[in-house]
Amino acid sequence: MKILVCISNVPDTTSKINFIDENSAFDNQGITYIINPNDEFGLTRAIWLQQKEGAIITVATVGEASCEAILRKCLAIGADQAIRIDTTPKDGYHVATQLAAYAEKESFDLIITGRESIDYNGGMVGGMLATFLKIPYLANCIHFEKEDETIHLQREIDGGKEILKGNLPLVIGAQKGLVEEKDLIIPNMRGIMQARQKPLDVLAPVEARQSSLIKSYEKPPAKGPVKLVDANNIDQLIDLLQNEANAL
Amino acid sequence: MSILVYIETQESEIKKSSLEVASYGRAIADAKGTSLIAVCFGLQDTSLLSQYGVDKVFNISTANDIHFNAERYSNTLVQIATKETADFIIVSSSANGRFLGPITAAKYEATYFSNVIGLPLSYEPVEVKRSCFTNKAFNHSISKNNKIVLSLSSNSFGVYEKPSEAIQTSIEHVESSSTLEVISIEKSTDKVSIADADIVVSGGRGLKGPENWYLIENLASVLGAATACSKPVSDLGWRPHSEHVGQTGKPVASNLYIAVGVSGAIQHLAGINSSKIKVVINNDPEAPFFKAADYGIVGDAFEVIPELTSKLKALKEA
Repeated sequence: MKILVCISNVPDTTSKINFIDENSAFDNQGITYIINPNDEFGLTRAIWLQQKEGAIITVATVGEASCEAILRKCLAIGADQAIRIDTTPKDGYHVATQLAAYAEKESFDLIITGRESIDYNGGMVGGMLATFLKIPYLANCIHFEKEDETIHLQREIDGGKEILKGNLPLVIGAQKGLVEEKDLIIPNMRGIMQARQKPLDVLAPVEARQSSLIKSYEKPPAKGPVKLVDANNIDQLIDLLQNEANAL
Repeated sequence: MSILVYIETQESEIKKSSLEVASYGRAIADAKGTSLIAVCFGLQDTSLLSQYGVDKVFNISTANDIHFNAERYSNTLVQIATKETADFIIVSSSANGRFLGPITAAKYEATYFSNVIGLPLSYEPVEVKRSCFTNKAFNHSISKNNKIVLSLSSNSFGVYEKPSEAIQTSIEHVESSSTLEVISIEKSTDKVSIADADIVVSGGRGLKGPENWYLIENLASVLGAATACSKPVSDLGWRPHSEHVGQTGKPVASNLYIAVGVSGAIQHLAGINSSKIKVVINNDPEAPFFKAADYGIVGDAFEVIPELTSKLKALKEA
């Protein structure tokens, strides 16, 4: 079984978000980059398939050389090899096109992307990649079990879950639930040492257009101070919610 | 030219988020001087769509395939969009809407924008405001293509009635080649889901244990609200992860968000940033949530919540 896990390099979840150049670019200063959390849930599920049935895991990212740190981390977690497609990601369409051009040549059985990245929240790479490759996509995947040739799957939907079955090849959009937070693997020294020996190949990008561009950013307006209500005056809170906030 | 909206149903009722999408589609159709076409699957009664400005309805027979099917639904949308030369295909930010969006865009060779807030800022070229960095910021994005698929952020436009005369029409059944097959649906609750809720009541570690969740449940039940929780609570297994709200969990864009015993980690606050009114109840006056909230009570949840619940109940019954 050949698995591709697509990885996005994103600011750590605790990052304070700021912009520079008259709000036209993200401010990198002081930002620590991590594996996009949804991608890491997917990678962890892939590692279980590697342990159970000897799957071969390739991780791939579209980005500049600065993304290699997180690819090394993926290798330390247990991925077998890493690919970096050497171009600045322009938008989700551009990234999906690059990944599709690579994946087309490799015939993966399973491709895992995160449900969405926590920076641009496009939520489109998995669905577009699957469409370009003409294989099925399952968004918001919270369960993946292989039983002989049948794949048992679950998708989180609003207010419940959908139970499905299917076959490989398949693209799934990973999120929490596919594995739990406690299942995430912290690389040990052995893993880190081995990661240095594993292949990390840099590929040239293909010609691809971008479908959109970001003109500017803005931050939410500053919030006024909280209105505190005394714990012995619940009536006041209800009155405020009803008559001032119009929220009840 | 035309504007296409995907209308989603739940137990044969049109979802509120789809009425918002119809209202939004009407506004775009008016701005561009074109017509609004609704596409729905197996809807028994489409008359409601005539109250929200829909000019034409494609109600697709679902035959014996009753479940959502991304492959077939996206093929259907693309087929109708091509026939009607649609320049916008609009879906809601529901799980199904966000599933369909990118697939439909790839097939229709359109630009896809997710989490769009309000109407486009311009039409030539199309420019939208959308949330990014999990609600910590917004960006203004410009399409390099004149065909657009977008998912509208919930409650970012509103639902507006506008009478119209919707013509019924149909197309041939579109087949799906997908190997994925839905076996069943399991509902996690009979209550409203977080994505569809106007009010969300959320609990954190301050509630001390899962046995105390009746406080959250009771308050939510009085308000007709969905229940949610913080990340530590779902990681501890006190509540299912489908209730986890925050950067790696679900975003919440409700009208009212009540957080009980939630300290307000930056990841949690990002996830709820799109909610309109935020209320915090916490015994720690230093909890970061107080900086993000509109209203707050410094107090013991075990005393405040039962009193708040019974007073709201009396109010609702009055």
